[in-house]
Amino acid sequence: MSTPERTTPEPQSSRQQGPEQLNGGEALIRSLELEGVEVIFGYPGGAILPVYDPIIGSPLRHVLVRHEQGAGHMAEGYAHATGKPGVCMVTSGPAATNVVTPLADAMLDSVPMVCITGQVALAAIGTDAFQECDTTGITRSITKHNFLVTRAEDIPQAIREAFHIATTGRPGPVLVDIPKNIVDANNPDAYFDWEWPTEFDLPGYKPNTEPDPESITAAVELIAAAERPVLYVGGGVLKARGAQILLELAEMTGIPVVTTLMARGAFPDSHELCLGMPGMHGNYTAITAIQQADLLIAMGSRFDDRVTGKVGAFAPDAKIIHVDIDPAEHGKVRMPDVPVQGDSRIAMELMVEELKAGGLDGQPDITPWRQQVSGWQEKYPLTYQPSEPGELIKPQYAIERLRDLSPDDTIVCSGVGQHQMWASQYWKFDYPYTWINSGGLGTMGFSIPAAIGAKAGMPDRTVWAIDGDGNFQMTAQELVTASVEKIPIKVALMNNAYLGMVRQWQSLFYEERLSEVYLSHDMPDYVKWAEAMGCVAFRVEDPDEVDEVIAKANAINDRPVVVEFRCHSAENVYPMVPAGGSNDEVIVDPSQQPSLDAERAAVGGK
Amino acid sequence: MSRPGDLQQHVLAVLVENKAGVLARVADLFARRSYNIVSLNVAPTDNEKISRITIVVDVEKAPLDQIVKQLFKLVNVVEIREMIPESSLVREMVVLNVKIDEGQKPDLLAAVEKRHGRILHDADGHVMVSLAGEPHEIDAIEHELVAFDIVDIQRTGKVALRIVGRETPLTRA
Repeated sequence: MSTPERTTPEPQSSRQQGPEQLNGGEALIRSLELEGVEVIFGYPGGAILPVYDPIIGSPLRHVLVRHEQGAGHMAEGYAHATGKPGVCMVTSGPAATNVVTPLADAMLDSVPMVCITGQVALAAIGTDAFQECDTTGITRSITKHNFLVTRAEDIPQAIREAFHIATTGRPGPVLVDIPKNIVDANNPDAYFDWEWPTEFDLPGYKPNTEPDPESITAAVELIAAAERPVLYVGGGVLKARGAQILLELAEMTGIPVVTTLMARGAFPDSHELCLGMPGMHGNYTAITAIQQADLLIAMGSRFDDRVTGKVGAFAPDAKIIHVDIDPAEHGKVRMPDVPVQGDSRIAMELMVEELKAGGLDGQPDITPWRQQVSGWQEKYPLTYQPSEPGELIKPQYAIERLRDLSPDDTIVCSGVGQHQMWASQYWKFDYPYTWINSGGLGTMGFSIPAAIGAKAGMPDRTVWAIDGDGNFQMTAQELVTASVEKIPIKVALMNNAYLGMVRQWQSLFYEERLSEVYLSHDMPDYVKWAEAMGCVAFRVEDPDEVDEVIAKANAINDRPVVVEFRCHSAENVYPMVPAGGSNDEVIVDPSQQPSLDAERAAVGGK
Repeated sequence: MSRPGDLQQHVLAVLVENKAGVLARVADLFARRSYNIVSLNVAPTDNEKISRITIVVDVEKAPLDQIVKQLFKLVNVVEIREMIPESSLVREMVVLNVKIDEGQKPDLLAAVEKRHGRILHDADGHVMVSLAGEPHEIDAIEHELVAFDIVDIQRTGKVALRIVGRETPLTRA
């Protein structure tokens, strides 16, 4: 991945004669400064205490969270929004286990993140000491790599390598576990001659970003021969900072683009070639275009089960070009005809170059395909039924109004569930890095801390967390962090009184036997709760009052705002591909389904 | 003599950094992705920074290519080669305790000698035998010694080395 240039200041020359002596804790903070870190999201505790002392006096900003999970998601939100690695720091034991969820989240969504955990003193490791857990063991499969540092003088090297691994190749979380004794200012052995390492000692880590030219040529040949091509764009394009070249590639070839849940904003939704999101709750056109394509150009996407549905029935007639920086993604789910291993931005640049140099000669006329696709867009757009008079707000409506009344470059974060799908469907993402969500792990409670991290990294942007009532109750305490740290995010709480997505599945697949999904509209009192946490809070129940409240919320910039939208409870997310089903069986909005059924019957009857 | 399933077994020679927890990383990866390990050998090499793992994998659950690519994503994995018959040699060792009646001893000694095995210990009606060779030879002696009373058996699993100068497929380094 190419990250934006980080300025790495030169270490300040010591005023003393001879090498400068630092203890491990000071060296850790110095190393973070030299890596260009600006913000750490963290929470102190016993084993990490010695590292918190040198934070006093460091230019690093430390954001004191209210739960370690919040620190991890804030680091992720920061990384998503800025492209720079997010950093969190917590103590040992329960704090380390509390960051397990964000680490797993960052692993599945390839988020560059460095997590520093305190550990009990080396001599106590393995003795079941107070607040001891096997942090590197627990996090082994949910980090790209992790380190247990055993000597103070190894700390700078470990930090350098952690940032290098987190930000290069396929990005991901790296954890550095630091025993207390090697950072302890009272331990003579924790002191060493400071030196900022210049080389990595990683003989097994050689990420390749440059695609094989032959694979590019083979890809271009398939592109030039395709009659029904689709660009299937995933989060890798955003990680590679590839949005600009994607636009060029799409425009020069005229190939329609779908953007997965992780790639919303990588291609402008308002562009005529944009088909929006595919997958389980994708729109009919994006899903069907993939199903009927003769060529899928998978660009930094990984054939996730939420995109493919039943794998054997996914894009059955399509040849596959699969561009991925991680070679293990090639053939993991679907065997590509042309695997392209490398950075997707570089791959697209090379493709565009070759297409310009005559590679597109002989391209069949894809106008009929484009027309077919447009036909689907006209016939089966995203839709919902507006509230009847006296009914509560439709969440889709609230999101549409938020979208239209907020700045174009607003950063939107979401939790996980129905509101996430509606936000992804109904927001118009015209800029990269404006959509932050938990796609792979599906972590409820992600939005509020992620929004805080994003706002900390992008303080001049409007940041809306679109959240559900179930999600809100998992991480709302971080609004205290937002208030105290003056990180004025805005929360749109879609309160439908239910765990809506679970209710939807129970409605559709369990004969409406609703089991343990009711939360209630007014328990807790979200407005009082938000106010108690230092936020300005509004409650709106009448669809006619939605605009006014959003305008008020958007006008507040000195503290966090929570807007509770009292939403209709029975709303389902459509379209929907039932889990494990084929994308050909997509169910559309009830108002469109009869027409689709008739169409399918006609095709089947032929 | 091949056993059922041999055809879906592949031998990988994996060079890893000699660091704490590396074996756990490899084992975790196989467990996490439901890949089957048939046998595994780890030992340091002449380079103190590098250990060599010979790992026999079963490709029933995932294709070899996918296993190799996932394995190579481990930061501490430096090199992976597939050991194929055309360009590598595979050896295995077994040690056994066999309980015998005095009358059986000549037959046992003959069987061991035929396979170039060694008697490591012989007392109180128990003989400890060691034997190294190609895996099919180990299978054969194990099969022959069933006629006696095998009390304990330890097979090492396969170790393998490439033949220098010949191509080894799926090399990643």
